[in-house]
Amino acid sequence: MKPRRPGSRAALIGAAAAFVVAAALVSVFVGAANLNPVAVATALAGKIPFLGVHSGLSALDSAVLFQIRLPRIVLGALVGALLAVTGAGYQGVFRNPLVDSGMLGASAGAGLGATIAIVYLGGLGPAVVPVAAFTGSLAGVAIASLAGAIGAARGSLGSGPATLLLAGIAVGMFLTAAQTVVLQRSTQVLQQVYSWLLGSLSGASWQQVIEILPYAGVSVAVILLHGRHLDVLSVGDDEARALGINPRAVRAIAIGSCALAAAAAVAVSGLIGFVGIIVPHVARRLAGPSYLTVLPLSLLGGAGFLVLADTLARTVLAPAELPIGVVTALIGAPAFIWVLRGTRAVDT
Amino acid sequence: MKPLTSAASAVLAACALTALAACGSSGSSSQPSAQPASPAPGGGPATSSATPAVAQFPVTISAPGGPVTIKAQPARIVSLSPTATEDLFAVGAGKQVVAVDLSSNYPSGVPKTSLNGVTPNVEAVAGYHPSLVVTDQDANGLVAGMKKLGVPVLVEPAAASIDEAYAQITQIGQATGHLASAQDVVAGMRANIAADLAKAGTAHSDLSYFWEVSANPYYSATSKTFAGSIAAMFGLKNIADAAAKAADGGYPQLTPEYILSAKPQIIFLTDNQATDGGQTPAVVAARPGWPAIPAVKNHEVIAMNDDVAARWGPRLPLLVAEIAAAVESAAGK
Repeated sequence: MKPRRPGSRAALIGAAAAFVVAAALVSVFVGAANLNPVAVATALAGKIPFLGVHSGLSALDSAVLFQIRLPRIVLGALVGALLAVTGAGYQGVFRNPLVDSGMLGASAGAGLGATIAIVYLGGLGPAVVPVAAFTGSLAGVAIASLAGAIGAARGSLGSGPATLLLAGIAVGMFLTAAQTVVLQRSTQVLQQVYSWLLGSLSGASWQQVIEILPYAGVSVAVILLHGRHLDVLSVGDDEARALGINPRAVRAIAIGSCALAAAAAVAVSGLIGFVGIIVPHVARRLAGPSYLTVLPLSLLGGAGFLVLADTLARTVLAPAELPIGVVTALIGAPAFIWVLRGTRAVDT
Repeated sequence: MKPLTSAASAVLAACALTALAACGSSGSSSQPSAQPASPAPGGGPATSSATPAVAQFPVTISAPGGPVTIKAQPARIVSLSPTATEDLFAVGAGKQVVAVDLSSNYPSGVPKTSLNGVTPNVEAVAGYHPSLVVTDQDANGLVAGMKKLGVPVLVEPAAASIDEAYAQITQIGQATGHLASAQDVVAGMRANIAADLAKAGTAHSDLSYFWEVSANPYYSATSKTFAGSIAAMFGLKNIADAAAKAADGGYPQLTPEYILSAKPQIIFLTDNQATDGGQTPAVVAARPGWPAIPAVKNHEVIAMNDDVAARWGPRLPLLVAEIAAAVESAAGK
């Protein structure tokens, strides 16, 4: 696809931001509690300083809105943004459209960490699971990177990204197998572990938002600043070097910040698939291949997409709930195929 | 890499949930002749009332999974089900039990092994040279595999009703040569439960409750489940019943804002022990928004014995007593 004319970048990013706001607005007015939309609007206006609007919601309805629904929307937006921008970042690093935020052992490591926490560390309380998932996710990427470095030093594939990608696949499978072994040690926790693996924003709280915000902020800032570098990498390592860029350094920085972003997301939401693949692809379809645009567009698009997906997850079967991973796959898979239908090689 | 695709793990999660809590309920109810061994409270089957305690072998048990013939009183029993383990020891067959699975943890001193009841290994089970295997599900070709070795397998799946639970205890007594004592166990359970029901009352339709199977996401149990049927004996209103249509097997995942807006007066936690989620009443009270729920406000968040709440064995009266105490307390408020 040809790059659009200058100026369309700002328009696209503005439209994506509007999409996030629209998704959040739709989401805030619907839910199993059936709050009166006027009362919700009044209650929200009541939070604006000096406006002097008095909320008409009961204490319980107010708790539903401000402590259940709103933090869930904000956390969903954050997680979606992190997963999508990480997916886009990895796709740039590996020059491969099929990688996503769970690559390089990140998801498998998080799964192993969470399972170990659930099976062996239950005595420390439920708060230990996100910490274990976060640590496991980062450890997974570290092990995969180490394995990739060894492979690059000794193997015939060279130091290109393919070696690292293959090492990541092997490490991911190993960690998943290790997780299954741990799971076999205790049959009572099957449901807890599988619920975690499916991903959920069901327990969202402001505290979680605050906890992941520092990791999210730093990693996203670094990833966004590397848009130009990823563009240069896309022409090949030798050409990048000729242009004064050290491909290995750029890859290391990008992978590190993507790993941090993905770990932050996985710690609060479990494993949510498809966002990291589908959103960057749509962004590329709209904006062309430049990561200068694809990265911010993925960030915003991911936020809006996951907020909408979670809105469906908590309303379609209300008062029951669908696992969000099922919703992202149910929407994501057909949408992905639709996008592939019109994708040409140059897009990637 | 994701360990599983989302869709595949959804299926697995549903399976795990079903296996843990609801497995076999449809299978057992489809057996109209499943309960000949279950005695009415007053009089047992003719065979047992005439010659109590003396084992009658060979015996054919009309188990939920089909008839099982046991030729002689089993001297070496392997239990792959925590509930069956409790049943075996309660009816007095404990001395015959040589191995139990890794989840069997009651009564204390059971011969616990690394055998896995959810994914059993036929060779590992055979290694204990059992003359009878008792389990709650036929996984990994267990029944077919043991059949080749000539070892009968009694499958006693998750009970769908309290009567099925009684029938299973009686069948396990019959299969092990302890029918009379099994009948005593059941009679004792019936008496205990009847006393608790009489004391707490059975017409509490004004009291609503939330039965928490797990948190984040919040899985619950409807009145159609075994646990729900126990709570229903008190006439309690189950907030998960509104989601019953969406529920597969009676265990819906409830969205938290519904739990709040349904204002349950009692919350039963079956995920509060360290090995089972650690969702204590204090953790529940600290969940954002939850202090607005009447049950949390009135301190009616009940930390259940998770194992008792998830099983259908001889400790059922304890489950009933826990619910009765909560009902009495909440009704007084």
